[in-house]
Amino acid sequence: MIVAKGLTKVYGDFKAVDGIDFTVRRGESFGLLGPNGAGKSTTMKMIASTSQRSGGDLLILGKDPNKHGPEIRAHLGVVPQQDNLDRELKVWENLMIYGRYFGLSRKFLKGKIEELLEFAQLGEKRNNKTEELSGGMKRRLTIARGLVNEPEILMLDEPTTGLDPQARHILWDRLFRLKELGVTLVITTHYMDEAEQLCDRLMVMDKGKIMAEGSPAELIKKYSSKEVLEVRFGSENNAAVAKKLEGIGERLEILPDRILVYAENGEKALEQIVKKGLHPVTSLVRRSSLEDVFLRLTGRTLVD
Amino acid sequence: MSMDLSTDNKMTWTGAKNIVDPQVSIRRGALYVAENRIRNMLKWWSSIIAFGLGNPTLYLLSIGIGVGTLVDNSLGPNAIDGVSYLTFLAPALLATAGIQGAMDEVTWPTMEGFVWDRTFFSMNATAITGNQIVNGVMLAAMARCVLQVFLYELCLLAFGAITLESMPILLLVSSLAGLGFASLMLAFSASIKDDDGVFALVGRFVITPMFMFSGTFYPITSMPIYLQWIGWISPQWHATNLGRALSYGMPIESWLLILHWSVFLIMTVAGFAWAHRVFTRRLEA
Repeated sequence: MIVAKGLTKVYGDFKAVDGIDFTVRRGESFGLLGPNGAGKSTTMKMIASTSQRSGGDLLILGKDPNKHGPEIRAHLGVVPQQDNLDRELKVWENLMIYGRYFGLSRKFLKGKIEELLEFAQLGEKRNNKTEELSGGMKRRLTIARGLVNEPEILMLDEPTTGLDPQARHILWDRLFRLKELGVTLVITTHYMDEAEQLCDRLMVMDKGKIMAEGSPAELIKKYSSKEVLEVRFGSENNAAVAKKLEGIGERLEILPDRILVYAENGEKALEQIVKKGLHPVTSLVRRSSLEDVFLRLTGRTLVD
Repeated sequence: MSMDLSTDNKMTWTGAKNIVDPQVSIRRGALYVAENRIRNMLKWWSSIIAFGLGNPTLYLLSIGIGVGTLVDNSLGPNAIDGVSYLTFLAPALLATAGIQGAMDEVTWPTMEGFVWDRTFFSMNATAITGNQIVNGVMLAAMARCVLQVFLYELCLLAFGAITLESMPILLLVSSLAGLGFASLMLAFSASIKDDDGVFALVGRFVITPMFMFSGTFYPITSMPIYLQWIGWISPQWHATNLGRALSYGMPIESWLLILHWSVFLIMTVAGFAWAHRVFTRRLEA
């Protein structure tokens, strides 16, 4: 569905995307993961065929977006980071006008709108103006709008940023249904849990480059240990204590507020620490997550 | 192919390749943009009609009748161009209506489209291009412009300021002035990052002087020569002068006649070219 080779985008002197290669297959749910400014949104705009690439090759649905932008866009669904609904118009009208942009008939859209309102759980709000909707409802409407042309690829840029946990879970449920339907999804996020929930395959980006690629499980296996032991000795002591911990576990990561010990067995690592006569204020053993992968790859946490 | 999404939520799914023909939007995209703009306008139809009829009525009563009586009484009933003051004033008021009507539908909608709601970006995410947005917004603006001029004409006709026969040509001239000016304003609006009072400044330093110094209330030649240039660069004056010549037969030289038409043409062509460029760039960023 999408093939990128050496894809590059330059703004003046700044390389927002720096020669990346990736492929997205039909029916796949593909995630772009990385901190703000990693080049995710720029990559998305190039895939969405609204921003021309500065270099490299890009094929979307078998076509070059620099030459066939409108043809490609006619078969894509886009959910931008910032909701851009028409505030003056009612909920159903937003779906109607968007469908009209694709040249769909009013008759077809009438039925489609009913389906989409139900899908987005907005049936009761159909006659409300969009400015009267909550953040989660607006998001669901924007996603429903992106589905009006039954897109080959649905692109979602930070779909749940700024939503409360309940609204996020409703949204994940809706997106999961689309995935079951066989819609190809391309998602950017800086939330690890979101990436783990929704993506079959991930591309971790930082500073315009790809740091790693694979399924969430593969990435964790490759770049992290099975378990992580988090110990706290108080912010002032962490750095000093860390020296005494060398040799325990596979690797240490010293953060300002805690020390992460990467080990096959977290409990065993904790025993070793206690044997040395060190007594952490708090300790926690957990499974490795994508957050750890990211920390390993970039030396930074995702959400600063 | 069609399948059920789940038991509680039925959604048919045939796929974009089977239901969307890109060529339709490529051919008709501007019409879809205009359709959306008109749907937006209809939310305000009562104020558009009220403004369209109320504004001319106020002007006609205060300036047309009030000042007109004063002028006709002191200078004689046919002192300017051999017609009544009201007849002299009518083409100018129509030009104002045309310019104002078209302008209202390009300035605020453009801020909404690029800054406030970012709806132009959502259009551009579909097969719609920047050029089609420009053309569609202008098309809708011209629909409003023509309607507004027409309503104004009805008022003028009721007050006996214009004749039935002169209505089509005055409608054309005033709408073309609106077209020329609005296409430039559309490009200008798309060039500014945020409102920040820019439109208030434009109103004070462009629109108002244009209205006051374009021979609207008296022949432009009555003004000192150092103020007459405002009229020469103003579509308002070109429309007013042309309207006077073509409605009640104000004497005019043929080169000036050609100039008036050319100004509309040049403004329109330049405005569209500029707007197409600015829109395409801004959507790309």
